[in-house]
Amino acid sequence: MRDSVRDLAPIFVVIAFFQLVVLQQPIPNFVDLTVGIVLVILGLTLFVQGLEMGLFPIGENMAYDLARKGSLPWLLIFAFALGFGTTVAEPALIAVASEAADVAAQGGVVGMDPESRAQYAWGLRLTVALSVGFAILVGVYRILRGWPIQYLIMGGYAAVVLMTAIAPEWIIGIAYDSGGVTTSTITVPLVTALGVGLASSIKGRNPFTDGFGLIAFASLTPMIFVMGYGMLV
Amino acid sequence: MIEVLKSLVATLGTTVWDVMPIILIVLGFQVLVIRRSIPNLKRTMVGFLYVLLGLAFFLEGLERALFPLGRLMAQQLTDPAFIFGADAAADAVHQWFDYYWVYIFAAAIGFSTTMAEPALIAVATKARDVSGGVISVAGLRIAVAIGAAVGITLGTFRIITGTPLHYYIIAGYVLVIVQTTFAPRNIIALAYDSGGVTTSTVTVPLVAALGLGLASTVPGRSPILDGFGLIAFTCLFPIMTVLGYAQLTRWRAGPGASSSKE
Repeated sequence: MRDSVRDLAPIFVVIAFFQLVVLQQPIPNFVDLTVGIVLVILGLTLFVQGLEMGLFPIGENMAYDLARKGSLPWLLIFAFALGFGTTVAEPALIAVASEAADVAAQGGVVGMDPESRAQYAWGLRLTVALSVGFAILVGVYRILRGWPIQYLIMGGYAAVVLMTAIAPEWIIGIAYDSGGVTTSTITVPLVTALGVGLASSIKGRNPFTDGFGLIAFASLTPMIFVMGYGMLV
Repeated sequence: MIEVLKSLVATLGTTVWDVMPIILIVLGFQVLVIRRSIPNLKRTMVGFLYVLLGLAFFLEGLERALFPLGRLMAQQLTDPAFIFGADAAADAVHQWFDYYWVYIFAAAIGFSTTMAEPALIAVATKARDVSGGVISVAGLRIAVAIGAAVGITLGTFRIITGTPLHYYIIAGYVLVIVQTTFAPRNIIALAYDSGGVTTSTVTVPLVAALGLGLASTVPGRSPILDGFGLIAFTCLFPIMTVLGYAQLTRWRAGPGASSSKE
């Protein structure tokens, strides 16, 4: 509880300072604000508690069990399913996809009618989900093989730069942002635990050096895939 | 009170719905492929329940207290009347530094929301555990939060000046690659990861409001075309600050430590 208060204190200070000193407005709705702050603190405390008890063990156990099973195809299928499944329903992605459809409609790429816009947004969501599934799959394979992460990431960067040069200009902003919105609060701990668990159950891998990096791929591949989508549609 | 409970239950419902795919995939693999029961099943279930409840409380609290105020603030700070003064001539030419309060707000809100980001807390905890305490939770989080602050500030500068997004991102990539060649090898994967974890529950809604407000205020910017890009900045700059933090820790550990083999 004390940790949560400390974690959240900076936001309260920033908002109070700007509201009272810079904008010189009173704090509106004091009751709602107090209730909200109590809920935020309580929620963060519960979340952090549950992280160590539930989410980390789930991810790690699955990594151990799948590694012990020794079946590469199942491990890769699991990696892909986890990436795809957690992303396709991600609320932040749904919001960005519908905004992107508006941009595309304004640019005259798709029709202004709601139906073709919805179709475009759905295609974009599918593209991002596919790319995250692919990212987790590649990331897991990297952990198994022990490849150094920097070469793969640099390759990804090169692909982003190349795609930027040939993709239509209006998609670039959307594509760059779509990398960041894919990794939600539940996905990140689960995927991190999966990577670390995998690296610690394979001989010769260091959980610290090799276990991280899955999130990095998941924020990189959507940029490449979305620019590709912009070129195709 | 009743109303608070009602919307709390609604938020809990949405949260459960959002994590449904994860639950289905994990359960499906556990039952069909692994075919072994989870050790400490009860404790794990309770933990998962805590995560769900905690996230629902957290989101509900944010929606009730911080987001409305933060969004309003982003609007007011980017309002032409606030930035240029109420009596400013409409056709006056404004320089990028007229927006100084926007930059200060961007940096402050970027830092503080990143410090509170639950996903970052999770990654930092894990990093501390597997590094045997070499990486401190607070140290990593502060490094990431500084990165996010710098990124968002630079992102607002880009919206105000209207310069192309990809120049900044490509320059950022070059910097990351240069830093990678100098950084201690074992931190690299963690540093790359810290880009993606900054942008989840707390940061995205406030940052999006800031970008949108700014793009509709600055003359010549279109909110739908120029409002994008802030999240990309927030993802890129923490990589640099974490790599820098690692170099700093090694450098402080003394010249002998840097030559020791991993």
